[in-house]
Amino acid sequence: MAKVAIEFRLNGVARKLEAYPMERLLDVLREQCGLTGTKEGCGEGECGACSVLMDGQLVNSCLVPVLQAHRAEILTIEGLAAVAELHALQAAFASAGGAQCGICTPGMILATLQLLERAPHPTDEQIREGLAGNLCRCTGYQKIFDAVREASRV
Amino acid sequence: MFHTVGKPVLRKEAHAKVTGAAKYVDDFSLPGMLYGVTVRSPVARGRIRNIEFLPGIPWDEFIIVTAKDIPGENCVALIVDDQPYLAAEYVNHPEEPVVLLAHPNKYLTEKARGAVRLDIEPMPAIFTLEDALAKKEIVWGDDNVFKTFLVEKGNVDVAWSDAAHLVEGEYRTGAQEQLYIETNGVVARANPEDGITIWGSMQCPYYVHKALLKPFPLPPEKIRVIQMETGGGFGGKEEYPSMIAGHAALLAWKSGRPVKMVYDRAEDMVATTKRHPSRTKIKTAVSREGKLLALDIEFDIDGGAYATLSSVVLSRGTIHAAGPYLCPNVRIRSRAVATNAPPHGAFRGFGAPQSIFALERHLNKVARVAGLPPEELRGRNFLHRGETTATGQEIHEDVNLEALLSRGLELSCYHAKRREFAQSNPGSRIKRGIGFASFMHGAGFTGSGERYLQSVAAIEATREGRVRILVSSTEIGQGTNTILAQIAAETLGIDCADIEVAQPDTAQVPNSGPTVASRTCMVVGRLIETCAIGLKQALSKVGLLGTGYSRSDFAAACTRYVDQFGGLKISSQYQAPPGVYWDDDAYRGDAYGAFAWAVCVAEVAVDTSTFEIRVNDFTALQEVGRVIHPVLAAGQIEGGVAQGIGYALYENVVWRDGRMANGQMTNYIMPTSVDVPRIRVFFEETPYTYGPLGAKGIGELPIDGPAPAILNAIENALGVEVNEIPLMPEMLFATMAREEVTIG
Repeated sequence: MAKVAIEFRLNGVARKLEAYPMERLLDVLREQCGLTGTKEGCGEGECGACSVLMDGQLVNSCLVPVLQAHRAEILTIEGLAAVAELHALQAAFASAGGAQCGICTPGMILATLQLLERAPHPTDEQIREGLAGNLCRCTGYQKIFDAVREASRV
Repeated sequence: MFHTVGKPVLRKEAHAKVTGAAKYVDDFSLPGMLYGVTVRSPVARGRIRNIEFLPGIPWDEFIIVTAKDIPGENCVALIVDDQPYLAAEYVNHPEEPVVLLAHPNKYLTEKARGAVRLDIEPMPAIFTLEDALAKKEIVWGDDNVFKTFLVEKGNVDVAWSDAAHLVEGEYRTGAQEQLYIETNGVVARANPEDGITIWGSMQCPYYVHKALLKPFPLPPEKIRVIQMETGGGFGGKEEYPSMIAGHAALLAWKSGRPVKMVYDRAEDMVATTKRHPSRTKIKTAVSREGKLLALDIEFDIDGGAYATLSSVVLSRGTIHAAGPYLCPNVRIRSRAVATNAPPHGAFRGFGAPQSIFALERHLNKVARVAGLPPEELRGRNFLHRGETTATGQEIHEDVNLEALLSRGLELSCYHAKRREFAQSNPGSRIKRGIGFASFMHGAGFTGSGERYLQSVAAIEATREGRVRILVSSTEIGQGTNTILAQIAAETLGIDCADIEVAQPDTAQVPNSGPTVASRTCMVVGRLIETCAIGLKQALSKVGLLGTGYSRSDFAAACTRYVDQFGGLKISSQYQAPPGVYWDDDAYRGDAYGAFAWAVCVAEVAVDTSTFEIRVNDFTALQEVGRVIHPVLAAGQIEGGVAQGIGYALYENVVWRDGRMANGQMTNYIMPTSVDVPRIRVFFEETPYTYGPLGAKGIGELPIDGPAPAILNAIENALGVEVNEIPLMPEMLFATMAREEVTIG
């Protein structure tokens, strides 16, 4: 199979690259684009560690063939904040103890971003439902909930 | 009283972790790097007849390593050197590594892995504790037994006749996958001239260092192990990294190029370690007053195919089997046995969750037989200061378990809820229940372990006026970097931000021991405290630091010292606290420097048509000595409780001929944000004399109690006794169907 030309906007910047159409968006982001903040946890769409926003939708980038990302708008953790300053969500995760080992954190923060866009002041139930596709083995989720609540107050 | 201890200072790696900048091993590459994969045994036990490389793969482009390519000894050094890096003639478990492959193209290595055919003549294998003990086949040593222990206190045999009640029970726990979200992985660079460098995800850099000395004929200084940011461990990255590091190094050694090996989830789940399955039989004698007269416990664990850490897992499980109770006559006989499953290994709690599950379920049964509420029975038997544990360890610190239990029951509204559920359950499809467990966890290595380890930590002043902590203790999410920095900052009277923590790199940091056994805060933290005192004294002694100094005075003193004398580094080596002694031969004495004590209360709802069980509320109250960082400490408890809920209700390793059949996150289910209830965490702080600023250990404690508390709650909800975990809905259905038949 031949490589195809792919264009997308990645963290606000137009990118052109060549990839096999069925390559995982996850691998293209990490290897070709050098953005390693997106993590692989399971490779089967269960854990959400590889979550990114594609045209505003939370997707598991391990399940997205890069062809599907053609002409899409993609946001990864690296695109969330300006260089020196943290996004309010990142600051909340840092101060509330929402990141322990940190491997689920980029995906969890992007899932929270989408959750708060849909429900700026979510109920506990909405927080639980909104993050149910992102697994964390360290925190028992409580400090992540705290971080979401903290961020939703900003 | 403290300026940084007890405060929620920002986690040291917080910024890197929330921005995605933190570098884990799979985020790290070297020029010219190859990708390595492992070809594993499809059968549980057998003799390797042939290795065939099927056509369709450019094999001449591949680096291929088998056992005969190992330059030194083919064994993974740990306690007993019985486990090979690569099976040479025989395989002893499914997924045992046989061949290693490496190639620059990651996708091609995967294809090549499937094109290696292992021709293995199968041999009879065993897969259960019972078959191992019955010696159905001898698969290890002379008798399938890795290790046995005997704890004896008083004489259980004379107690039976005096007892008002004799109560017997049998309890089982299943395997559990650690399921860190970052799988095992390393990058290796290796050649005879420069030696070996490993970058990896790991808990114990010096374990890897020690292990690599066997397969490679190199002096210790030619082996260097560097821990990368590590995406969770929970014990699963205690011993296993020695295996994958050895494999990557063998491929790098043969190819002369760096090699990356990162397991995918399926491989990590089926091939690496899990929590030991267990079976515990308990017989107790109880007086009319509800006092324990005798505890006779048989505790057996399935170690899998090689010895690995099973003997020490067994040891911790054995010592915790008698719980935080005073009993004059105790006998604990324990065995770790071999089966043809991949070796079971370290997992948070390390044997204690298994034996504590058994005891805390059993005591509910004892209470019922004795006609006492479960809290009353425990209240009559708790250990106190001055009394001795099953191994004869006298408790020297204050402990008030009665108060801890009362407070735990109060915080969870235990009594009110018992009454409420008794009213609301009849006639309701959803039955609710509440249950608790009381337990303890020893901090630090068991027995003489810390004396043998002789851990060393160091801190140094930098020319920039900062202080750097040098330890091999790893940050794996639990907060090592932050709490060690707090301990140093508190002792030095400076800010946490003035402290750096060096990356664990065996070429740069001393061996402060493995990051296991709830030892980092208590043992390594104490060494850091001692170093910090030494550093301050060194600065004062030469007149660079007066009293009442500021942060900037301190920084200036460090700079001047380094300029004047070339450097300032203070080391400290472990010394056992006075009066702590363990007799290895008699298996008696002070098993741990200190215990943390806890009570947890679980509230459940069981749907009697679907048999779905939900934990609706959870209260965890513990005494862990001084709490160094309230948010990180609570995070440890909450994470442990969530894992405990998974252990009790969701995480079912399905075994098929020694192989995990559900090695995917799709069908091995860990708790999600929807499954975990509100977890209410409370601490009591009784400063421990020999802990840093009074701290004890915390990491493992929270996984000991949830499973028995949840099953006790289910018993309260349904009136049925289930003594096996994980308790899946179908198992509960079968139990209830059986009970109804018996009753009706």
